[in-house]
Formats: sequence, C-alpha cells, structure tokens
Amino acid sequence: MGAPLPAPAASRLFLSGNEAVARAVWETGCKVAAAYPGTPSTEILEELAHYPDLYAEWSVNEKVSLEVALGASMMGARAFCAMKHVGLNVASDALMTMTVTGTEGGLVIAVADDVGMSSSQNEQDSRFWGRFAHLPVLEPADAQEAYAMTKAAFELAERHRCPVILRLTTRICHVKGRVEVGERVAVEPAGFTKDPRRWVMVPGNAKPRLPLMFEREAALAAEAETSDLNPLFDGSDLSVGFVASGPAFMHVREAFPDAPLLKLGLSCPLPLHKIRALAGRVQHLVVVEETEPLVESELKAAGIPCHGKDILPRLGELAPDVLRPAVARLFGGAAPAPAHVPAQQVFPRPPTMCVACPHLGVYYTLSQMRNLIISGDIGCYTLGAGHPWNALDTCISMGASMGMALGMDKGRGAADANKKVVAVIGDSTFLHMGMQGLLDITYNRGNVTILLLDNRAVGMTGGQDNPGTGRDLHGEEAQRVDFAKLCEALGVKRERIRVVDPYQLPVLFKALREETKVEEPSVIITDRPCVLIDHYQPTKPYLVVDERCTGCGNCVDVGCPAIHVTRRETEVKPSGKEVELSFVRIETSACTGCGLCVQPCAPEAIVHADPVHPIQFLRKQ
Amino acid sequence: MTASNKTTNILVCGTGGQGVMTATEILAEAALSLGFDAKKTEVAGMSQRGGVVTSHLRFGERVLSPQIVPGEADLLVGFEAAEALRWVHMLRPGAVVLMNVGRLVPPVVNIGLFDYPEDPVAEIRALGLEVHAFDASALAQELGNIRLGNTVMLGAMADRLPFPAEVLREAVLARFASRKPQLVDVNRQAFELGRRAVAEEALAA
Ligand code: SF4
Ligand code: SF4
Repeated sequence: MGAPLPAPAASRLFLSGNEAVARAVWETGCKVAAAYPGTPSTEILEELAHYPDLYAEWSVNEKVSLEVALGASMMGARAFCAMKHVGLNVASDALMTMTVTGTEGGLVIAVADDVGMSSSQNEQDSRFWGRFAHLPVLEPADAQEAYAMTKAAFELAERHRCPVILRLTTRICHVKGRVEVGERVAVEPAGFTKDPRRWVMVPGNAKPRLPLMFEREAALAAEAETSDLNPLFDGSDLSVGFVASGPAFMHVREAFPDAPLLKLGLSCPLPLHKIRALAGRVQHLVVVEETEPLVESELKAAGIPCHGKDILPRLGELAPDVLRPAVARLFGGAAPAPAHVPAQQVFPRPPTMCVACPHLGVYYTLSQMRNLIISGDIGCYTLGAGHPWNALDTCISMGASMGMALGMDKGRGAADANKKVVAVIGDSTFLHMGMQGLLDITYNRGNVTILLLDNRAVGMTGGQDNPGTGRDLHGEEAQRVDFAKLCEALGVKRERIRVVDPYQLPVLFKALREETKVEEPSVIITDRPCVLIDHYQPTKPYLVVDERCTGCGNCVDVGCPAIHVTRRETEVKPSGKEVELSFVRIETSACTGCGLCVQPCAPEAIVHADPVHPIQFLRKQ
Repeated sequence: MTASNKTTNILVCGTGGQGVMTATEILAEAALSLGFDAKKTEVAGMSQRGGVVTSHLRFGERVLSPQIVPGEADLLVGFEAAEALRWVHMLRPGAVVLMNVGRLVPPVVNIGLFDYPEDPVAEIRALGLEVHAFDASALAQELGNIRLGNTVMLGAMADRLPFPAEVLREAVLARFASRKPQLVDVNRQAFELGRRAVAEEALAA
C-alpha cells in the first residue's frame, strides 16, 4: 500500500467518491471505522487506513463492522462503517435494533449499491433500508458531494442521535472528479453513560423507545423540507420538471439543463411539501431514481401525480442517453436519433481467472470428475462457473455454499442418489459467513466435501487481508487463523481434513476422489496464494515445442489465459471418428511457470523457456 | 475538437490489466492541470480478471454526468484490437479511432466458442471512421516491457487532444518521476514512439 498521505487542507484534489468519503470521515474527527471489502465500497477503508488519528479495520463481515461502529458510538466517539448493498442485508439484524436504541457519537453507514450490477449477485436498492429502519438517507451525486454529505451525515446523526445511511452507487464510488477538501477537527468522545433502558433491548426497554423513533422521523421530515441538502434548481422550460437524487441528478442536469429540478440530497424522509409545490408548477413531474420506484410510490401515495418507471427503465443506470428518449415519449415525440455508428458484433469477454491462478487446478480437476453437484460461493472462484471449466452449479450469497450443500445432501431424491455434493468456498468467505454453515453440516451429519480454497486474500476485491492472511488492513502482521484447526473445531474429524497443493493435479484429484467417497463431512484445503498479491513467487516460464504438440487440447482445458490456440484442425481417425485438434502456444511473457498445464500434456510438449523471468524482471524495476 | 466551451469526450478501452484506467487517469491529470473540470469513470466489472474495461473521460468548463453518451465520443483509444471494434458505436461522426493492433484472445475464443474478428482495423475503417492503427504491444516489447504499452498509447493520443502534446507528456513523466524515477527515461521514449507511430501511420494512410 503506498497511497499518498492526506493532502493539505483547502486543496483541490482529483478524487473518487470513495476517496472523498474517506477524506471527509477523517476530517470529521471520526475515531473508529470498519468494513468488510465489497465492490464498489472497498476503497473507502483502504483509504482510511492511510489516515492517522483513526482506528480502521477489516471486519469479518458487515454485521460485525456495524457492531464495532455502534460500540464506538456508545462511547460518544464518531464512528463509520462501509459496505456494499448486499452487505447491509448481512448487517441488517444489528441495524434494525440500533434504530431503536439510537446512537451517541455520530454514526454513518456508507452503503454502496451496485447499480448496473458490475460485480454483484443482485441489484438492490438500499434506500429501502432507510424506510425500513426509519433512518435518514443521504444521496450524493458526485465526489465533491460525497465529501460534503459525509460531513453533513455526521452532523445529522448527532443532531438526531441516530445512524445515518450514506447511500452511494458505483457511479459515485468509482467516478473521479475535483474535490475541495478541508481540515480535520478533533472530536473527543463524550464517554459512555450507563443506561440499560436505552442500551439493553429487552421488550420492556425497547417498547417505550418505539414512539421516540417516530418522533425522530417527524423531526427529520420537517428538516428535509428546509434542508440545504434538497435544493431546487429552477428552469425556464416548465413542460417537464424533475425530482432526482444521486448520480441520476447529474444525468438529468446534463440531459435537460432548462428544466426545473429538485435535487434530493436528504431523500428519506421526503420533503413532500416542496415536491408538491414543484408538481403544481410543471406540466409533467418525472421522478428519476436508481433503481426502484421508491420516491415515485411515496409521491403517488401522497396524491402527487408523477411519472417514473412508467417511462424509465426499471433496471440499471439512468444515464442521459436513457433519459432523453424516455422523456421524449412523454410528449409523444419521436425518440432522438440513435448513435451514428451501429454497435458491432464482437465475441463476449467475460472476466476469467488469472494466469496461474491457484483455482485453475481445482476447477480443472472438478471439470474432469463425474457425478458431482457443486455448491459455489462468492469470490474469484465463482469464475469457475465459466468456460472452460463449467464447474459450479450454484452461487447465491456469501457463505451460502455451506448450508445449501447440506440442503442438497438432505434433499436429494433417488435421481441424485449416486451424486456427491461438493461445496467450494474461499478463505475470506468462509470466515465471513461460511463457518456457521460448516458447523451446521457437521452437527447435522451432512455428507458434503468442502473445498476450502485458501489463497490468502479477498481475491475478487483486489487481495485485501482477513484473519486468514496474517495481516491486517494496514498490512501489519496479525494473528493468522489455522483453517485446519478451525474446521476441526467446527466438528470435522481430523483425518477428514487435508491440506493439498492446488498445483499438484494428481494429488488434488486423488484427495477429491477419496473424500467424496466417505460418507461424512470432509474438508480439502488448498493452500497457495493469489497470484495478484505481493508474496506470489513466479518461476521459470514455459513454452510449447511445436513438433511435440499433438493438438490434444488438454492444456486448454486448464483455462490459463496464457495458453493460446494457434491453429485448429479436424482429424479423421481410422475408426472414422472426427476429432477436433487445437495446437497451442504459451504467452511466455505472461506465464509464471506454475506448471499446471504441464501435467495433463501427455507428449511432454510443454517445457521450460528462457531462464530470465519477465515478470520478476518487471517487479525488480 | 475545440477547447473551452465544449466538453471533450474520450473513451479508452481494452481489457483488465492493460493499464486502461491508469492511462485515463494521466489524461485527466493533464486536463486538470490546464484548469479544466474533469470527470472520469470506469465501466468495468471484475476488471482485474481479463474482462472488458472502458474508461470514460469528460473534460471541459463544467462536467455534470461522468458517462459519455453513445454517439458522442470524440476520440476512441483502443488498447486491444477487438475492444476498439466493440466500442465504435460510442463515436460521433467525424470522430477518430487510435488503436493498438495487438490482440488478446480470451478463453471463449480459444476453446472455439467464438471467433476473433479477422481484421478489426478494416472493419472499423469500413464504417467510415478515421482510424490510426499500429502495434503498440510490439513497440512496448521492443523497449523491453509490455507494460510500457499504455505510455505508447498515451503518446499516440498526444497530437489528437484539444491541448498541446507536451502537457500530456509532462503528466506522464510527472507520475513516474514521483513513483518510479528510474522509469522516466524509458517512458519518455515510449511516449515518443507512440506519437511517431501515429504520425507515420497517418502519412502512410
Ligand atoms: S505454466 Fe501453464 S498454466 Fe501455469 S502460468 Fe504458465 S501457461 Fe499458465
Ligand atoms: S496438452 Fe500438450 S500436446 Fe496437448 S495441446 Fe497442449 S501442448 Fe499440445
């Protein structure tokens, strides 16, 4: 990690929304910040790790991170946690009670929605949590606003003594723009005040607090009507007016610069009077919101006529090119002319596993085995569902592979009697939510073989640390969990736990075959680091000796992106059978010499190349 | 492209790991150094995993939406041949394509499910677009480091921007001067190689 140190105050920086949030969190005197990495929110904590005077951690999951923040808030300290949309589902249990207790030191929860689903298993609208938990929701529209609203969020949180949800989307988190920053203020925690009636949420204590929650909501609604966070941009063209929040606001301004537009920075609770006044002045009121018709439904329920998802898409981002034709339809006009150059048909390029990824061997082996049902999970290894392996049957949510595998085992009928259930999970995912599932498997005598792919990183989000890596958020040495012992403690018999090298295909194959034969829970731990993290050691690369290559294509099935097919041929065997041949080349500058593809190559056509390794050479630079 | 009153839209595309985002960041820094407002955003799912990466850069007096509307890009910079072809619909009439002819073939093509386009340059040209294509990957290799490819591509862009090429070159070199000073010289060479490659290609065409 080598990010620049905090910039001097009052300078203008080119920051992403995530960096801007981090900067503001630090400036507000926040004392404790916690998160579990999740795209698109990950960089907030990575940034915070560089700031002094603040405790920042990777938590094992989002619920824990929120609990850590709440604990700090109870001490009167300003506290922060960040997560992606699906993370708030995990944290929701804590959230729904903390809305009843309220908070002390300002507590801000940044939730990043993956609008457009660039790297998530669903697209969900976290603004619902604001309504569900009766908490204020702030929605910045770009990096500068992300900075300003983070500060506003802490103030709002302290004024109303409740957590504030800062709702971000991919288009905030990962968009860079100019941000004017300020100075840090030091805030001394007020200290803990014992008050069991407030902090001990047994029914007798919780019930009297519910009316307070609704009083708070009413106060917030009043504040929303006059708040600077909800400005009205007047326009000269009254044929259509807009209500928008988040990045959708920028898109509306861009597409309709002359239309009146109410920007909802504080979008929950809604400033209904202000919106009603706008609706009265324009011919059509259009609500532009990503992704659900949430504000639209609330306006309709309040008797304010408006358009929204009747003309706009229900899914994905609402960029200017989406808005213009939608509003044109409102006036019965023709949609603006489409792009001048038609889109071209080009092969799909889905993400795939890296060159020499330790998961390649695992999925290659799984793809070579018959009669498996493979329960998958969230992480890089989800890519095993793609070509050429096609070796995952399910993927639902963090840690779900465990419980689902147990359900598959218990729920199978005669048709699946001879199938073996295998669950695949990564190290960080296992610590996040998988452990409990494994305990359920052992406790309930499930017949499942678990592949615990320990690559010592939260690989998918960029190699972050976790209790399995032996390093913390700051890259400093930390305790490292022993996965074999942990699995044993969770009830797996010691002799049913194996640690194997995923680059040793025969060993992996044998372990899988043996463990899927036994009628009890077993765990195969693979133990090689992610190729993208610092301590991965490349060795001598390989190349293909053309004369020896028979075109069998076995190495292609391994799926390493450094292997390229140079020529295809169809051979007719004496039996009359047609066989497809693929002759290959290894991109030597990319090959790390992991040796995986060498193993299935029967004619030994893959041999070591030049002794100088280009990647090592690059790293030395 | 004219400076000041109009927003300039540049779309940089390629695959994960090619340095598309870094190149766009440097381009943005150059624009910012001249006092432009700028916004930069990526459309990249799991970008480090070899998937499609596009980076949008918009700069001008005041930039609102970070995304380029299809049909409004002024310049398309393709770090990989097929990726340049994939994004041509983003261009406005009269826009320019600068592209690396170097190819990165994904597993779906390797296993025979899809074909790699035979001649992406010719296909783009057939659409009536101005294309300047050259082998940036080979130039980078010649300098001994495939990762110099993005500096080569930046050099290729340098004379196609609404500000002087030197501003971009300074932005490139400044980045290396602060992070890896030993690489300043080789990057200067890479930048000039890319710049010259496009100029020569333009003459030849
Ligand atoms: S040895 Fe084979 S599998 Fe390993 S990195 Fe090189 S080409 Fe890829
Ligand atoms: S496994 Fe060996 S023989 Fe078969 S295609 Fe690959 S290099 Fe050629």
